Amino acid sequence: MKSKTNHFDEMLLATDGVRDPYNKYQRWFSNEDPSRLAKKSKEAEAFFRRTGITFNVYGQEAAQERLIPFDLIPRIISNREWTKLSKGIEQRVRAINMFLHDIYNRQEILRAGIIPIDLIAKNDAFLPQMMGFTPPGNVYTHIVGTDIVRTGEDDFFVLEDNARTPSGVSYMLENRETMLQMFPELFSQNKVQPVSDYPKNLRRSLAACAPVNCSDDCTVAILTPGIHNSAYFEHSFLADQMGVELVEGHDLKVIDGHIAMRTTQGYQVIDVLYRRVDDDYLDPLNFRPESMLGVPGIMDVYRAGNITIANAPGTGIADDKAIYSYMPDIVEFYTGEKPILKNVQTFRCSEPDTLKYVLENLAELVVKEVHGSGGYGMLVGPAASKAEVAEFAEKLKQNPGNYIAQPTLSLSTVPIFKKKGLAPRHVDLRPFVLVSPGGIDITPGGLTRVALKEGSLVVNSSQGGGTKDTWVLED
Amino acid sequence: MLGKTAGGLYWMFRFLERSENTARLIEAGFRIALTRSRDSDSEWKSVVTTAGVRAGYDAKYDTYTAQHVVDYLLRDTSNPSSVMCAIENARTNARMVRTALTTEVWEAVNENWMAMKAALKKPIPETDLPALLGEIRRHSALVRGALHGTMLRNDAYDFAQIGTALERADNTARIIDVKYYTLLPSASFIGSAMDNVQWETILRSVSAHRSFRWLNANEMTSSGIAEFVILDSRFPRSLYFASRTIRANLGYLEKDYGATMPCHALIDQQVTKMRQHTIASIFEGGLHQFIGDFLRSNNAIGAQIQLDYRFDG
Repeated sequence: MKSKTNHFDEMLLATDGVRDPYNKYQRWFSNEDPSRLAKKSKEAEAFFRRTGITFNVYGQEAAQERLIPFDLIPRIISNREWTKLSKGIEQRVRAINMFLHDIYNRQEILRAGIIPIDLIAKNDAFLPQMMGFTPPGNVYTHIVGTDIVRTGEDDFFVLEDNARTPSGVSYMLENRETMLQMFPELFSQNKVQPVSDYPKNLRRSLAACAPVNCSDDCTVAILTPGIHNSAYFEHSFLADQMGVELVEGHDLKVIDGHIAMRTTQGYQVIDVLYRRVDDDYLDPLNFRPESMLGVPGIMDVYRAGNITIANAPGTGIADDKAIYSYMPDIVEFYTGEKPILKNVQTFRCSEPDTLKYVLENLAELVVKEVHGSGGYGMLVGPAASKAEVAEFAEKLKQNPGNYIAQPTLSLSTVPIFKKKGLAPRHVDLRPFVLVSPGGIDITPGGLTRVALKEGSLVVNSSQGGGTKDTWVLED
Repeated sequence: MLGKTAGGLYWMFRFLERSENTARLIEAGFRIALTRSRDSDSEWKSVVTTAGVRAGYDAKYDTYTAQHVVDYLLRDTSNPSSVMCAIENARTNARMVRTALTTEVWEAVNENWMAMKAALKKPIPETDLPALLGEIRRHSALVRGALHGTMLRNDAYDFAQIGTALERADNTARIIDVKYYTLLPSASFIGSAMDNVQWETILRSVSAHRSFRWLNANEMTSSGIAEFVILDSRFPRSLYFASRTIRANLGYLEKDYGATMPCHALIDQQVTKMRQHTIASIFEGGLHQFIGDFLRSNNAIGAQIQLDYRFDG
């Protein structure tokens, strides 16, 4: 077996054979009957359907609930690679929390002239309501899902910081569960670091961030926008696994300065709210007045120190794509260390000279909306037609500040399983990071998303991406 | 437990029970239509009436044909009580309260929905109807089995049981309400051929034709049947049995939560009242009147439970 791609393949070597972490897996795989594997793949799909591991796609009435395709070839990461990655992520997440505290308090980084003031002041993700307030435990981003891409043996880049409400962790857990059920023998042959402690750790980590005046057995709950939300499965999955209530805005009310949920026995106070509702919708009294998803007055309870909101409102200012290009400076400013993980070179279209360069090289670049997510509203230059490029150029000229551009990275590939054999496909990686006053905990592995279409660089599930189980090997 | 969760469990099991009851009504109607083709239109009409969807049906169709009625009750998404809608509603509620369900219960509900969505995609030809109705009953039995076999006997279980029993009582009472005149004592001791068919429909609609025969050998009388479906303490779909189930589960909640609520007084009244009755005293006061009172009382209990356990609105 050898790699048939010009990109860095994480499993197959260009010469012949596989990279080290895949040695044992390869031995197992070459003894497997492809038709048995094809059958297993079908079984996995039926299992996902039956258990309801689905997501909703907005604007697609007919296919309201869809499966994220699961590929049964695991993505394997060596312990050495992981150690470096996790150190880099930890450093970055630490810096992000210090940055957020600074931005909402003394703003030293603005005074030092490292980030232009306008970028903060005129940013929708910046919440003036957070000024002068420190969240319980001084933690802003309780949960982070750092998106990592790889282009070579030792070349890891952070693509996005996802410091608001990253999703996908349920797939990390269910993918592993599925692999354990389908191929138990693989886990006795390979020493794979477990991920199953995540829900327990999440609960503990959230509880450690409870308000100071909260009693020992504090009450945690998850706030969901409801069953029509695209990530509802994940919300209920996490609530179930953590053993906490899954609440919606209309279950909650401010009572005596606390947030309380309506139970069969009256109202019960909540100490920590892991909200999967965006800032804008969190509190109609403080943000969007028409929101039905939030709790009127929760910001006042929050500022009075009577509830922990995870992640803190206003963390979006740290994962904004315009701020992203400053991340190396941010890391250095707060930690005094050189960043361990690289940033992808980023062109800020708001700067006239840069815009000119971007427009001239549009066909080679990836252009993203500053506030966009989910792979919507982006241009992948090399994959776009001339007409699409020209159309995008117009949008860009009209509102340059709304866009950033990046070189098209040669993302690494990992093979996916096809009946005809292995086929290389581009991947990224989203490890999940928990932050509490006690420290930063990163679950070994994360969610590997894979672009199922040949040559495609877009891994988002809303755009037809799939997932893989991600293994971090013990030494 | 969240009030919303209690409500989700309660409604999930009401809808599940409703889907099964509707399937059973269709089954009974279908059987009569096969054996007595001449009267089948009026029979289908009373099926629609019993299902409580007359207004919706009449707005859509002018006549009561097997094809239309079966389609309306099975798969019409504009009919909120159709089997498809009920199953869909049960599953939506289950998704909402998934944290309160075991994996087994959730999967059974989800599989039910997946199977029915596929099976009810197109109109059901007559030849496939019996198998399909059997499938509906089997799926709802699977959910119930998972509930009994895997759920903790706590408040979640109580709300599930209460939802089932309330819906069941409502369904049995409506069946009697629509057919009450066929149960009124007639001059003849033994029912006419016509009566026999009607009585059999009632028994089949509540899956009681076998158990009734087994208990009563060949003694098929109107008062025997009425007594069985109203007052029998062994038959799980009788009004008395369902009411006792509601009372028992409300009693567990009372003990568990350490709080007596207004709904407890209401259900006590209902059970006590039934215990004081004999079938003769019911006929004396008027069967129709009795069933009407029961339906109102049953609804009031349902409303009070929603209020007491905070899942109203």
